[in-house]
Amino acid sequence: MLKDATAIVGIAESPFAKKLEASECQLASEVIIAALEDAGIQPAEVDGMASYTMENTSEVDIAKNIGAGDMSFFAQVGYGGGAGPGVVGLLAMAVATGQCEVGVAWRSRKRGSGGRPWAGAQQASASGCWTRPFGLLRPADEIAMLTRRYMHQYGATREHLCNVATSVRKHANNNPKAIMYSRKMSRDDYMNARWISEPLCLFDNCLETDGALACVVVSAERAKDCPHPAVYIHSVAQGLPPQHQTMTNYWNDDPLRGPAWACADALYRNSDIQPKDVKVAQLYDAFSPLIILSLEGYGFCERGEGADFTNDGGIELGGRLPVNTSGGGLSEAYVHGFNLINEGVRQMRGTSCNQVEDADSCLVTAGEGVPTSAVILRR
Amino acid sequence: MSEMLLPVIGDDETPFWEAARKGELRIQTCKSCDRMRFPPRPMCPWCNSTQSEWKLTQGRGTIWSFVVPHPPLLPQFMDLAPYLVIAVTLDEDPKIRFIGNLVERSGDAINVIDPSTIEIGQAVEVFFDPVNEEIHMPRWVRV
Repeated sequence: MLKDATAIVGIAESPFAKKLEASECQLASEVIIAALEDAGIQPAEVDGMASYTMENTSEVDIAKNIGAGDMSFFAQVGYGGGAGPGVVGLLAMAVATGQCEVGVAWRSRKRGSGGRPWAGAQQASASGCWTRPFGLLRPADEIAMLTRRYMHQYGATREHLCNVATSVRKHANNNPKAIMYSRKMSRDDYMNARWISEPLCLFDNCLETDGALACVVVSAERAKDCPHPAVYIHSVAQGLPPQHQTMTNYWNDDPLRGPAWACADALYRNSDIQPKDVKVAQLYDAFSPLIILSLEGYGFCERGEGADFTNDGGIELGGRLPVNTSGGGLSEAYVHGFNLINEGVRQMRGTSCNQVEDADSCLVTAGEGVPTSAVILRR
Repeated sequence: MSEMLLPVIGDDETPFWEAARKGELRIQTCKSCDRMRFPPRPMCPWCNSTQSEWKLTQGRGTIWSFVVPHPPLLPQFMDLAPYLVIAVTLDEDPKIRFIGNLVERSGDAINVIDPSTIEIGQAVEVFFDPVNEEIHMPRWVRV
């Protein structure tokens, strides 16, 4: 069993900005070294690596830069923002089964200064051929289609999306590292923001960020010797439901019941910690409605109740379930959700800038809307 | 119109666009279990048969959802913004939801309909607007 067999013992991150001067390779190497220092482990001891298929830096380059020794495990997880906790899960499995002893995971991405992925393609091939020629071009458009349907089906409104954006922003306003640390957002600010793809406005979209993050995974036994309290990987899972289509999930019986549900089934099946026990969560938020869908998918409320769950500060510090306590992708940084993993670790260490006092476990999820993953961390 | 974003047509998609040139909305259907599937692919997920045919539909459905994109967009779409993109649930199989554009008539740009005039659930019907010899784009009108 994987349960509590491994732990995250080191984390680190670069500054977050619209533009950083260093290359993705330099940023990745620096944060991996910093995470190893945090863990009290020498770079030459690293023998396992896991990353996203969208990661531009290779294991070969990273190993050469950090001075890793013999590597015995290296692998990647696909589907962009669906990968994060799955990448940590790969290391947990590799360490627990003896394929490696010290695993590092990282994501380094210059999404702020490096251009928009959707802006490149001039033709619409493969899965895009049924959507892009009609002007459904960007991830924002694809999720806006599901959002409009959700609002129609369950009576949700822009007020609920506003709840999400302003709640997460408040958390960022307490996080000096967050890009939106000094930028407050009122409900009027939200309602008056320009459209990106109706019904989604500017503040329903994540930031465009340059940044890099890393974490270190070792066995629970080895974790006892590390300087910080061990943060155990209690349960981890991926999720890909039947007849799913990545981002444009329009061709099945129930498009609003996405990968989160499949992932949650597997996650909780192997977990002593159930939704009622979770007191803080980091839910992937490339777009604000993904938090609402994830609240439902991961069992914090019933179908159609995710919108109302955000009312009255429901996802703020002190609320029913504080969500994205460092500001998430919407207001801290958008680095394919790796900042959610590190914030989950800080919550378990008791060092978050928005610490949830009685939190002894934290759910961290990847993107709803793509083949996804999630992890339950515990103290 | 040469600057439009056109679909690249692979083997799986060819029968759809052949039918489109004849003004027909055809959907890949399993020859063994008779279930429709979309997007087109080699194997039926319900019976695993690789034998399929393309069944003629009535080309009618209802609006399931819609979005109104605003800039930043690809250059081909910048001058059209804001424009309307709809998802249409096909009458023959409600799990098939075509992404497309609502217009008034052939030759219309995709921004001619005021989004405030449309509602989820409205009935629509397809027609095919020639873009070039190969591509006749499906467009939708309200019925």
